Amino acid sequence: MTKSNKPIVWGPFAAGGTLTAFLTPALIALTLLAGLGQVPEALSYEHLHAFAAHWVGKAALVVVIGLSLWSAAHRLRITCYDLGVRADAAVATIVYAGALAGTGAAVLYLLRI
Amino acid sequence: MSRKPYAREISSEWIFRHPRYLRYMVREFSCLFIGGYALLMVVGLMRLSQGPAAWEGFLQALQAPASIAFHLVALAFSIYHSVTWFNLTPKAIPLPFISAAHYAGWAALSIALLWMAGVS
Amino acid sequence: MSERMVELEVLRYNPETDQEPRFQRYSVPCREEWVVLDALNHVKENLDATLSYRWSCHMAVCGSCGMMIDREPKLACKTFLRDYQGVIRVEPLRHFPIERDLVTVIDDFMAKLSRVKPYLIPKDEKALEAGEYRQTPAQLKRFKQYSMCMNCMLCYAACPEYGLLPEYIGPAAIALAHRWNQDSRDAGRDERQEALAAKEGAWECSFVGACSEVCPEHVDPAGAIQQVKIRSTVDWYLEHLMPWLKK
Repeated sequence: MTKSNKPIVWGPFAAGGTLTAFLTPALIALTLLAGLGQVPEALSYEHLHAFAAHWVGKAALVVVIGLSLWSAAHRLRITCYDLGVRADAAVATIVYAGALAGTGAAVLYLLRI
Repeated sequence: MSRKPYAREISSEWIFRHPRYLRYMVREFSCLFIGGYALLMVVGLMRLSQGPAAWEGFLQALQAPASIAFHLVALAFSIYHSVTWFNLTPKAIPLPFISAAHYAGWAALSIALLWMAGVS
Repeated sequence: MSERMVELEVLRYNPETDQEPRFQRYSVPCREEWVVLDALNHVKENLDATLSYRWSCHMAVCGSCGMMIDREPKLACKTFLRDYQGVIRVEPLRHFPIERDLVTVIDDFMAKLSRVKPYLIPKDEKALEAGEYRQTPAQLKRFKQYSMCMNCMLCYAACPEYGLLPEYIGPAAIALAHRWNQDSRDAGRDERQEALAAKEGAWECSFVGACSEVCPEHVDPAGAIQQVKIRSTVDWYLEHLMPWLKK
């Protein structure tokens, strides 16, 4: 029996699961407040643009978005399997590619800021 | 004596066999909202990169009823993800107080983030 | 002594005559302190001698009488009738083929168990005269709970991933492999990794956690599996990103 290469996909999943557990509720609260008309200072154009213009801010955003998408993709893959979708290879390709595409788009937009 | 073992079929029936399986599925479904919110952030970055007017439009769009509804549901799912994740952490990392430490860190980080973002 | 009538609905399957299993009802006069196994014994002795099931110790030590009781995997000897209302449904353990009535075919689990080498693999075999392998209480504590496993297979019946993918090596086998990996006297982790880090090893687990919830001995296979995943991940990254560290 050969050892599995699952750690490649599981490592970022575990990291992303931990990161989103710590961060996502607070992030959602921020845009929810904005949606309710109470735009937090950090979400004003000047503040957010300055944050995203700095390389530290860029790096933070890419890490958060990339790991969130990856861990969500991995869970979605397992959920599909749990619900009886047998084509695991196809599902895996689609969800991981989606996560990478989303992360790539984020990088692209950040480079324009 | 002849052997003729009977293999039962596996269906999705197991999800409803016990509440724990349903809770598990809810936990796994949180990925749709966490992933969905990450995509919302990507869209936000796109609008941010297009200038102040586009960003204002994005903030306006956040006020749509559908956006508020999404945010509320996503917030509930993401909190459920955090709680289940931290409750299970001691199994993966069997250290004393690991769960309590994670909860404390979660609270501190959330408060710090909201404070730094200028929420009063 | 107070008695009450309990209705049992038992899954029956006779490989010689039946195409598929069917339920059969029995009314059993039960005493307050009876467990499901007592009721089955009453059926076999007084009502229907053809009923087949496994049991031995009647005290939650041997692990033979695992079965589905109202759709939950339980030891029949540890499940009190007084905790149930209405008709009690008794079925063979989920996910295993049915040999006859409540008796399942367990060859798959036995083969998997031997694959993880659940026994001491010392670094150097010590001569008998050299004395015993010593261990501190702290070292014992690292694995003691896992050694409580009695191979009753309730965790396999509770695990949906095992149901979905029968090749998955499963909770008890991983917990027992982990038990030896955690043992200070043991040096066999590399050998066990062959089975644990394989595709059908710990990676098939999606952390439902049902195995630990149903374990009658309070073993925590779900915890063992996550720890195996983390160590296998560290192994993998060390091996592929820092190959010069390889011994």
